[in-house]
Amino acid sequence: MIRLSIPVRQALGKLTLPLLIAAAFAVMLLGKADQLLAERVRMALADTLAPLYSLTAEPLARMREVSDDLQNLWTLRSENRRLRDENDNLRRWHAVALALDAENTVLKANLHWIPDPAPSYATARVVADAGGVYARAVLLAVGPDNGITRGQVALDESGVVGRVTELGSRSARVLLITDLNSRIPVTLENSRARAIMVGTNGPRPRLMYWPEGVTPAEGERVVTSAEAGAFPAGLPVGTVRFSLSGVPEVEPAARLDRLEIVRLFNYGLRGIQPPETVRPDKPALVGRR
Amino acid sequence: MLDAAARQTFPVTTTAILLLTLSVPLGLPGQPQLQLALALACVFFWSVFRPDSMPPAAAFLLGLLTDLLSLAPPGISVLVLLTVHGVAVRVRRLLSLQGFLVVWLAFVAVAAGAAAVEWALTSILTFRLLPAGPALLQFGVSAGFYPLLATLFTRAHRGLADPEKA
Repeated sequence: MIRLSIPVRQALGKLTLPLLIAAAFAVMLLGKADQLLAERVRMALADTLAPLYSLTAEPLARMREVSDDLQNLWTLRSENRRLRDENDNLRRWHAVALALDAENTVLKANLHWIPDPAPSYATARVVADAGGVYARAVLLAVGPDNGITRGQVALDESGVVGRVTELGSRSARVLLITDLNSRIPVTLENSRARAIMVGTNGPRPRLMYWPEGVTPAEGERVVTSAEAGAFPAGLPVGTVRFSLSGVPEVEPAARLDRLEIVRLFNYGLRGIQPPETVRPDKPALVGRR
Repeated sequence: MLDAAARQTFPVTTTAILLLTLSVPLGLPGQPQLQLALALACVFFWSVFRPDSMPPAAAFLLGLLTDLLSLAPPGISVLVLLTVHGVAVRVRRLLSLQGFLVVWLAFVAVAAGAAAVEWALTSILTFRLLPAGPALLQFGVSAGFYPLLATLFTRAHRGLADPEKA
């Protein structure tokens, strides 16, 4: 260590802050100029932290279970009645579904329908909120050699969650459908009209670009569309709700605020890759089916 | 020796650990805002009351950690935390003599500035006008949580983390 006189040391001390502020601007520029580098550093940190996060996941899940149990005990009677009613209702629907399924099979057999290949999937635990104030994303802990690739579709038990945008060796980042950068081709189920679902960072993404002559109806189901080859058709996304100012929004079917476990489906789609993964050095990826 | 070092690095280590803890999905409302609010409060408090333990380099690294844990464009939290540190060190002689209320008010002003800068820079770096709602929420969370954090830190400052007691 070099011994410096006190005035020199004081002068150096005064210089540190301006220098570091300049470095902050440099980081900002570098992050903007070389987004791949920023992504790589971020994923390296996520990979390092993923085992730590996984450690906390287990006790957290246990705690959530206990608190849910306590709440359930409290509402046991009313919940029971509600479930019994719902069960009756569902049993009727079950019969309808079976009849429709049988009919569908017969019709498909008559049409020589080519069945969709069954997708393979991997299940992973959500270990960290990776979004921040102005973005919506989650971090998944995934083991090495899991067969997960970018662009895979993430679903929870009730609907589409988002897509894998960044992949490390032990972690994967999923950009949620509510993020500002998320654009998803969807179909309105009743009118079969196509539209784009645009994330706003709020809890409900907005619907845009539906064709003329069609208006989204309140409560209408929204499913994914196979247009652009980014998603398979027919995955449940949510239901249409109109905001107070009359803008059609989608209430996501997935519980995006309380994600615990998601499934990553490999539909073998090579359409449009998520925004972060568009790389100038791999143009062959786009448009190859 | 080791004890003294632990007490000396207490502010930075606890801040880093708290930041990591708050990136775990605890299901708290406004958790991303809370994370930034925490970084702000920690850097501000320790820069005012013990700048030796919160040097500019530490503010830089904590900012970098905050940025890398979220999807925000890197560098913004770094700049904000460094500025907060700079302001806090500048006014610390005035503030350290004042009562809690004045320090809190000073922090509220700093937090408002920080939220505004954060919002403006993110908007510029992502090339779009972002809604101001999250920024306002972040300001509210920062201002609201400071008293709690400050109480805990004041205790730590006088007991657990005091290098004189090592």
